[in-house]
Amino acid sequence: MTLSFFDQFMSPTYLGIPLIAVALTLPWILFPTPSARWLNNRLITLQGWFINRFTQQLLLPLNLGGHKWAALLTSLMLFLITLNMLGLLPYTFTPTTQLSLNMGLAVPLWLATVIIGMRNQPTAALGHLLPEGTPVPLIPVLIIIETISLFIRPALGVRLTANLTAGHQLIATAAFVLLPMMPTVAILTSIVLFLLTLLEIAVAMIQAYVFVLLLSLYLQENV
Amino acid sequence: SLDRFPLGEKRLMDVKLGELGSWLGKRDFTPNGVLASIRNGHDRYYNKYINVKKGGIGGVAMLLVGYVALSYMWEYDHLSEYRLWEYDDLRVPTTYSIIHLKAL
Repeated sequence: MTLSFFDQFMSPTYLGIPLIAVALTLPWILFPTPSARWLNNRLITLQGWFINRFTQQLLLPLNLGGHKWAALLTSLMLFLITLNMLGLLPYTFTPTTQLSLNMGLAVPLWLATVIIGMRNQPTAALGHLLPEGTPVPLIPVLIIIETISLFIRPALGVRLTANLTAGHQLIATAAFVLLPMMPTVAILTSIVLFLLTLLEIAVAMIQAYVFVLLLSLYLQENV
Repeated sequence: SLDRFPLGEKRLMDVKLGELGSWLGKRDFTPNGVLASIRNGHDRYYNKYINVKKGGIGGVAMLLVGYVALSYMWEYDHLSEYRLWEYDDLRVPTTYSIIHLKAL
């Protein structure tokens, strides 16, 4: 009988090594280090173009203090987008479907922005809890609401997990449940699967981007 | 000829079949040695397929296909339990037809 629906998110072990270890080290191999030559090979040229454009766009709203985060944010973006896109290949494992990994990325980085803000400019950081121009009677309620919204920011990680898991699960359901149950409309199901795959590609890229963008936003407020 | 070289330094393709055991014994299996051989292999692949003047998609594509094959091998035990549908017909034996979600 078919196994439970969430089995695709288990990381199988072979010779004692879980597949997630292989999946996590693969992005490292895919991005070679540029050499000191003036003209590199095509892969490095493409990679360099992408990194430069992305970093430039990302750092536009940040002031000088935030530029220290450039390497971290760009490498995070590359890591996430590679992990997400590699997970779309057949039989591969997507580490970003694991909540532990995403929270492990989101919570320390968010906490870092909060602590930096509180340490360097506590007045301004606390001032973010009250938007400008609020009517006076609303102030206590709004401060409570803004504090809650501050603490819910690690949902950055949950967002990434949920989006990727949902997409993969949809594809799995369409393939394992719909296709065997209704073989006469297999063409429709194939079209559904194709569209879902396209959606997954888009979601993979967008989610990585959103993660890093929101982090830079939190940084911008606090730095 | 290659018989004059010390056994541990010959490349694998030059080792005679009878010498295989002692060749394996002389290779450097310390962590440093393993890392060195991984780096060596990576450099050879990189310089042959990617670090070329007009490299195409082939260099990276071969790597990705190898990764897919590796993942399949890694989770074979888990995948072999999937069955697409049960045949009602008693004359047809139930086969393991594995059509993985993303391979469609």
